[in-house]
Amino acid sequence: MFRNQYDTDVTTWSPAGRLHQVEYAMEGVKQGSAAVGLKCKTHVVLASVNKASSELSSYQKKLFKIDENIGVAMAGIIADGRVLCKFMRSECIYHQFVFEAPLPVSRLVVQVADKAQVCTQRSWKRPYGVGLLVAGLDEAGPHLYYNCPSGNYYEYYAFAIGSRSQAAKTYLERRFETFKDCSRDELIRHALLAVKESLQDEELKSTNCGIAVVGADEDFHILDGETLQSFIDTLEDNKAEAKEAAPEDPASTSGGGEAGPSAGAAEEPPAEATPMDM
Amino acid sequence: MAHGFKEHATWSPYENNGGTCVAIAGSDYCIVAADTRLSLGYSILTRGHSKLFKLSDTAVMASSGFQADVRTLQKNLEARQKGYYHQHGKPMSCPAMAQLLSNTLYYKRFFPYYSFNVLGGLDTEGKGCVYTYDAVGSYERTGYSTQGSGAELIMPILDNQLKSASPLLYPPRETATPLTEQEALEIVKDTFASATERQIYTGDGLEIVVINKDGIHKEYLDLKKD
Repeated sequence: MFRNQYDTDVTTWSPAGRLHQVEYAMEGVKQGSAAVGLKCKTHVVLASVNKASSELSSYQKKLFKIDENIGVAMAGIIADGRVLCKFMRSECIYHQFVFEAPLPVSRLVVQVADKAQVCTQRSWKRPYGVGLLVAGLDEAGPHLYYNCPSGNYYEYYAFAIGSRSQAAKTYLERRFETFKDCSRDELIRHALLAVKESLQDEELKSTNCGIAVVGADEDFHILDGETLQSFIDTLEDNKAEAKEAAPEDPASTSGGGEAGPSAGAAEEPPAEATPMDM
Repeated sequence: MAHGFKEHATWSPYENNGGTCVAIAGSDYCIVAADTRLSLGYSILTRGHSKLFKLSDTAVMASSGFQADVRTLQKNLEARQKGYYHQHGKPMSCPAMAQLLSNTLYYKRFFPYYSFNVLGGLDTEGKGCVYTYDAVGSYERTGYSTQGSGAELIMPILDNQLKSASPLLYPPRETATPLTEQEALEIVKDTFASATERQIYTGDGLEIVVINKDGIHKEYLDLKKD
């Protein structure tokens, strides 16, 4: 998108009916390092690419716990995201105090979205430059939402944001219908493989990615380095097994087939397009 | 009009729902216990109400007094605990929680929480600690304490049986009990049984919580229901 005379203020419409400052904020999200989210019937998994700006520095934290049942992954201006996290946490604490029940995820994302919208309609403000993938569990089941700088929010089966997220999205688009019946561990493997697509040539290690899980019987938490590395190692094992099995019998199921990207597509029988009734 | 007395309000914002709380600190454990009876006057409101509240893996609070204030105080501390965890990335230690409880109580110095609290748990070194409070936040770390209706009956027994230095000595010395967990548990059970005999506000059931390095272990036993 090129500069034009209607893009200086967030309160100025373009003749085409667009708010360019808001769109530029959404561009900012695309510049951040990738974040991925996916859900099954029982769990929601978030994954992030942890990119350090230089060899000397550490990476920015992008996975945050909001409450026992809710967490976020963010892409874009992480400082903006951190501030939104503080807001989300205090809303959850307030709701728990007043109603003695956890804040449903759908309510929380609306509150965040309303907050973001304010910044699109005040001349002295700027839109938040961060996209939030909100993962949570409430009475209605598992949820994955995307909160946009525009003030919109969307519910997803699976989604990816940030730079090179299209590669991860393509991976998810091909397989999302199989996710709802996945187990927790399979879902984590899918998340890692989706993140791997965003990393492209870089090797997937526990130092350049992060995974967080939330489930009905599992509070939101970020996996520690060891657990993460063991999941990454099983990806390697499955890939190796898939390679061995392939020359003998391409149609046979090689251990935990969904994980190997080459074996995966061929094995799964075409899933019926049932509505995601969770 | 002549009058030699002040007119008193007929309505009070407070009620006393009774109950007794006990906490005992050992070298590497802490026991917090309270009965489960909730009373109002000479009536029993319920036999199965918990006065214990887990604030974190290393801190459990027991409170007796006015139930509504107790509950609000618990909710308040729980919310502050969550905020602390988000801000600092780790749960509050028991000594930190002790200070917070004191400040929270004093905050309402001129309309107090009618809540008599004992806080028990493990300190940052893993040793048992007990903190005892009055309604407006005056507190002290000690080896053992009781609050509530049966406090006057139970405290002398603990002074006698726990084999620790008297908390009344000056300069203060270590008063955590040298007894084992099992021995201290037996004393807790016996003292509650005795208090139940002589006290109308104590009885129905006894909830005991033991905090040690393995976590929090709960126990419940019946007390006399008369």
